[in-house]
Amino acid sequence: MSETRSTAYDSKIEGNVIFTRFDAALNWVRKNSLWPMPMGLACCAIELMAAAASRFDIARFGAEVMRFSPRQCDVMIVAGTVTYKMALAVKRIYEQMPEPKWVIAMGACASTGGMYRSYAVLQGIDQLLPVDVYISGCPPRPEALIAGLMKLQEKISRERSFRNQKPQLAEKLEEALA
Amino acid sequence: MTSEDLLERLGQSFGSKIQNKTEFRGETSYAVDANDLREIANLCRDELSFDYLIDITSIDDFGEEPRFEIIYHLYSLPHSVHLRLKLKVPEESGAVDTVSDIWPTANWHEREIYDMMGIRFNGHPDLRRILMWDGYPFFPLRKDFPLEGLTSEMPDVAFTKVTPLEGGPFVTVPSTATSKDREPRARPPEL
Repeated sequence: MSETRSTAYDSKIEGNVIFTRFDAALNWVRKNSLWPMPMGLACCAIELMAAAASRFDIARFGAEVMRFSPRQCDVMIVAGTVTYKMALAVKRIYEQMPEPKWVIAMGACASTGGMYRSYAVLQGIDQLLPVDVYISGCPPRPEALIAGLMKLQEKISRERSFRNQKPQLAEKLEEALA
Repeated sequence: MTSEDLLERLGQSFGSKIQNKTEFRGETSYAVDANDLREIANLCRDELSFDYLIDITSIDDFGEEPRFEIIYHLYSLPHSVHLRLKLKVPEESGAVDTVSDIWPTANWHEREIYDMMGIRFNGHPDLRRILMWDGYPFFPLRKDFPLEGLTSEMPDVAFTKVTPLEGGPFVTVPSTATSKDREPRARPPEL
């Protein structure tokens, strides 16, 4: 007993110990390393590329690792007009992404169908996927995408990740602690 | 050879088979019968050097008989001459002979007409839809197809819904007002 106490007050490791909630630590890790799935379908994809390139550089917010395999992605950025022909393919790619996952609807078309009031265009990707952040603009500037990404980071940092995703483990831990 | 010479030779070869010669800004159009299409097309390419098929377009004269019209836009690169061939297609037959073996570019043009207007092309090597997906039940550029679309469902392939147009920002307003008031533009609700 006395041994553990003396370790906790060991001056050599004292500065390296942080007390925090598990959720907070988990969310901090997640929100600063969002790997995007670049679902580029129209001109918004050009702005998405600009946001990833050197001038705007979303690497500053930890989201530079664009992966073209959905199995390695955290956030799908739907950038562009979703036609009905493409809609179910977008949904399938979303379903291939591992949990936890988020969706950004980038631009007017992905959010609402935009100027395409047409028989061929899905009127907003939120009819198929749960969208976390909508970004206005036609197309939005890279700054707007970065602002949307930061909004998503805020949202992630408020999530009760551990309790929501591992409810049984959380219950067991609570019982053990009680 | 001038354009007059070319068109004169066309007239000599076919006489009454080409009718309704119209000229507009130096470009000539002829109405031809669907049965003579391949014969005329072959001659236009081989003898009259119309080696470039610019486009094939189709018109839905909804409510008229015959209902459809197909227009072949030809161009002679050696002589810089335009020529249009128009032919009427009744709805009952709904088919014309392909020219994709005469001008290979017609392959995709004809597929697009089949996809959008529903006119079939006899002898086409690969008459599938080109823009919409296989199994989509409608032909969207027909006049009786509503702008907002119709619902369709193909499980695991695609679905469509009716698009809300009422009051939308990008919809033409039906009225007798000037085009400035009718044209599609953002109309924020009055506060």
